[in-house]
Amino acid sequence: MNKLTHVFSSGAIASVGLIVAYISFTQQPSEAFLFPRLISTVFVILALWTFGKAVLGRSRTGDGVSKEALLRMAPGLIVTIIYVFWAAKAVGFYTASTVAFFILLTLYDPAPHDQAKSWIKRAIITAGFLAVMYCLFALLLKVYTPREIFF
Amino acid sequence: MEFIYYFGEVFTPISFGLLLIGTIGGLILGATPGLSPTMAVALLIPFTFHLEAAQGLILLGAAYTSTVAGGAVSAILLKIPGAPANIATTLDGHTMAQKGRGAEALQLSFLASLVGGVFGVFLLIFLSPLLSKAALAFGPSELFWIAILGVTIIGSLDSNSVVKGLLSGCIGMWLATIGFDDIMGAQRFIFHSSLGGGINIIAALIGLFAIPQVISMFAKGRVEVDAEVIQIEKHSIFDAIRELTRRTRALSIGTAVGSIIGLIPGVGGQIAGLVAYDQSKKFSKESHKFGTGHSEGIIAAESANNAMVGPSLVPLLTLSIPGSPTAAVLLGGLLIHGIFPGSDLFDNNPDVAWTFIDSMLIGQILMCIFGLYIASFAARVSRVPQSVMAAVVLGLALFGSYSVQHSIGDVYVMATLGIGMYFLERFGFSAAPLVLGLILGPIAEANFIQGSMIANATDGRLAYFFTGNLNLLLVAIVILSIGYSAWMEISSRSDTKNEGTTS
Repeated sequence: MNKLTHVFSSGAIASVGLIVAYISFTQQPSEAFLFPRLISTVFVILALWTFGKAVLGRSRTGDGVSKEALLRMAPGLIVTIIYVFWAAKAVGFYTASTVAFFILLTLYDPAPHDQAKSWIKRAIITAGFLAVMYCLFALLLKVYTPREIFF
Repeated sequence: MEFIYYFGEVFTPISFGLLLIGTIGGLILGATPGLSPTMAVALLIPFTFHLEAAQGLILLGAAYTSTVAGGAVSAILLKIPGAPANIATTLDGHTMAQKGRGAEALQLSFLASLVGGVFGVFLLIFLSPLLSKAALAFGPSELFWIAILGVTIIGSLDSNSVVKGLLSGCIGMWLATIGFDDIMGAQRFIFHSSLGGGINIIAALIGLFAIPQVISMFAKGRVEVDAEVIQIEKHSIFDAIRELTRRTRALSIGTAVGSIIGLIPGVGGQIAGLVAYDQSKKFSKESHKFGTGHSEGIIAAESANNAMVGPSLVPLLTLSIPGSPTAAVLLGGLLIHGIFPGSDLFDNNPDVAWTFIDSMLIGQILMCIFGLYIASFAARVSRVPQSVMAAVVLGLALFGSYSVQHSIGDVYVMATLGIGMYFLERFGFSAAPLVLGLILGPIAEANFIQGSMIANATDGRLAYFFTGNLNLLLVAIVILSIGYSAWMEISSRSDTKNEGTTS
């Protein structure tokens, strides 16, 4: 399992390296790709070396990601991806941040979920977070964020 | 002695206020396990946009100094190092606290940090102008090799695997080429419209340092912080000062080790603290007491990790080469204000450079004073659940990266790099060389192109880049650093193998 994940990750990096090298050596004007050609050559050599070691089972650094850790992080990662790549722009930064914050708190808070007290605590923390972010970015730094559907 | 003229700038109401905010905030952030000094400084950068360059740097410098020292609070009171730099502090610090000497341990830690930190900043003050004058003689070929040296040293020394460290550096340098080429205006590797303007360095720094920490917290699941905060008893500060003066050997070793390690690009505070602890133990008459709550252990470790802060900025301010990941983030803070560190920084922007350095000196004193007072509060803050911490950091990362250019594309870049970096780290890659590659890539490319143009008109590229004493010296250092790290890696592997065979 560990070997497989090392092979997969180093293979992905080697593929990126090969694509970068291919583009660097074929795109025009060639003068603009002089430095990328130099970098990508070293990139490919090192990436293939790493891939080769992974295939031979000699990859010694890095523990990889265990199935348990992957399962624990998956809900948070999914919320993060939806929040960053879609919700922030589609429903507005503050609304999306509030919802994402509350969901993440609920998902990872060790406090019991069957008590009203812990839910109220989470709601208060979320409201506090929203207030601080609004004061910092909207009032202090005057950052205009996408508001879209809500504020 | 030019630095003396700029002390007044540090004491203007805004500058001093920022210094206080940076110091107190840094102490609290530093005490919080999981929030590294680098990430804290990266998340603070968006707050410096509206400030003048010197003021922004005062805030970032104060946060850098005090997060390193603040990490000792949770190391001593919770046995959880606030940052990797404080690992050695837990060995004796927490044992002292368990024995009811928590206040003494904290006082010794902040006093030792003050001595080490002040010495380190004085090194920065005296070495920077000397090195920057020497750097005036550098041409494009030397500057190219210096940029490569920065990436290879940090790539080979900061990673457990030399090949993966160098590969991270290469990935960073490639990422730096994304966007429009400066000379021909050609599009390079623009796979998505978000990449049209290239990769914004601040968004990238936030993503690379903050998001992996957030995902790591997710990966731990629903964890309760069950470490108990040890109560602090009253202890006379004068007794702590007397104890410190009795332990000059540990203090000197810690300060010297930290300063030397700080000057070597890529070697961080974690190593400084552990090496200083080890050396102090070797030279101590009471070496048997180390690990049992001995004051020398704390003094050596804390003086070392703060002594490395100043010297780690020497290569940054004089050669544009960050000596540590946090220095790389500070470089990002300089670049957003249009200030390019290098040989002429002290001639073109002496007010910015010296005010920043002076503020670090004052910041060390403030860090010591406030550290002693807010340690107990900081330790309580450090028990904030990981779920809250992860959600707060994620929110700050999103808003911070967006506020750089008011671009949602930067947010996508931040998140993509951050998620990618988490998985790369799990497979033995390191963020530090990647960041260095990203920052030094444009410097290396600009000098490579300039050098190539000169070379085409003279003796050719090979002769231009591989002749001359300085070029050869730099190439030799690049090869030696890689060779040394590879040798260390192989020998540590064979040691592990031998241990396995013996057991």
